[in-house]
Amino acid sequence: MTEALNHGDDNLVIAQRLAEWVSRGPDLETDIALGNIALDHLGVARALLAHASEAEGGNEDDLAMLRSEREFTSLLICEQPNGDFAQTIARQFLFDAYQLGLWEKLSTDLDATIAGVAGKALLEARYHFRFSSSWVIRLGDGTPESRRRMEEGLVLMWRFVGEMFDQSPDLRSDWDRRVDEVMTTATLHRPADGFQRRGGREGIHTEHLGHLLAEMQWMARAYPGATW
Amino acid sequence: MIAELLEQVKDPEIPVLTIADLGILRGFDVDGSKVTVTITPTYSGCPAMDMIKADIARVLEENGFSTTIRITYSPPWTTDMISREGKAKLEGIGIAPPTPVSEVRCPRCATGPARTVSEFGSTACKALMVCPNCREPFDLFKELR
Repeated sequence: MTEALNHGDDNLVIAQRLAEWVSRGPDLETDIALGNIALDHLGVARALLAHASEAEGGNEDDLAMLRSEREFTSLLICEQPNGDFAQTIARQFLFDAYQLGLWEKLSTDLDATIAGVAGKALLEARYHFRFSSSWVIRLGDGTPESRRRMEEGLVLMWRFVGEMFDQSPDLRSDWDRRVDEVMTTATLHRPADGFQRRGGREGIHTEHLGHLLAEMQWMARAYPGATW
Repeated sequence: MIAELLEQVKDPEIPVLTIADLGILRGFDVDGSKVTVTITPTYSGCPAMDMIKADIARVLEENGFSTTIRITYSPPWTTDMISREGKAKLEGIGIAPPTPVSEVRCPRCATGPARTVSEFGSTACKALMVCPNCREPFDLFKELR
């Protein structure tokens, strides 16, 4: 069930980050878009965490709300702060490109539930990638200010790319091709690979995850077993 | 009997559509007074799923059946699974049925192609369009396939 838990955590954490944009988006349309994408990730997270909990006991809510930072095995990129809009788009773009390959691969997984969730998530990931890459192009090939911010966002997120492929190195070449194609259209240069941060899959996180979980989990922890 | 009861279960956000129209009702098994209903989610994060599950259970239990609801993810739902009747009903209430974005026509005056205002709209399954002729803004049921 490691697979269900790992990818469930990725989707839960990035959904929580995207939800922070709700009512704060640059305009109404992007606000709604980020909220919608967050919902898709949350739905995937629920399906995978429910599946993981079948094997390990408990339920999806306990896994989401009652585990501590060290027990989360999400990728470091998912927990990175939103920053400005370009930084959020950089994170989403790199992660969408990864999930496209991941879901395609998992859609033929031997575990029928994982295969089913992946097949569905793949259709949604295509929609997400179209949104994030269109913004990478618009900001990258836009004004000097939008270009500067897009470049900074990508440089900031690039140190978390290597970790995405530790367990599935076979996905890297397609990811490179996808990302390079969009960045070329956006007239952007690919950042140097440089030092790569790792540890998410082992529960060793950046300082940001703890704060994110504190906000996400406080109510479930303050009122144990509360229902609507 | 069961099929007729399930006809009463509507999408809470688009109440002209039944769960059968939407293609999210995959089937049901009847064993005496026990019914197992199998459904599939539309969009992964569709918040209406919990309400749909509760509605299925309510309708069947009011009629004396005990109900189990199974969720299946395979094969994944696509907008091709919305019935022809369902698509006509959508158009009837001013929501353009799933169509490639470049070919969308206004559900009121049939002019096309409509302009995309936002690829994401009022619910997880919709995008926001505007008619080039009558200027009416309208929802498009996003094509997912």
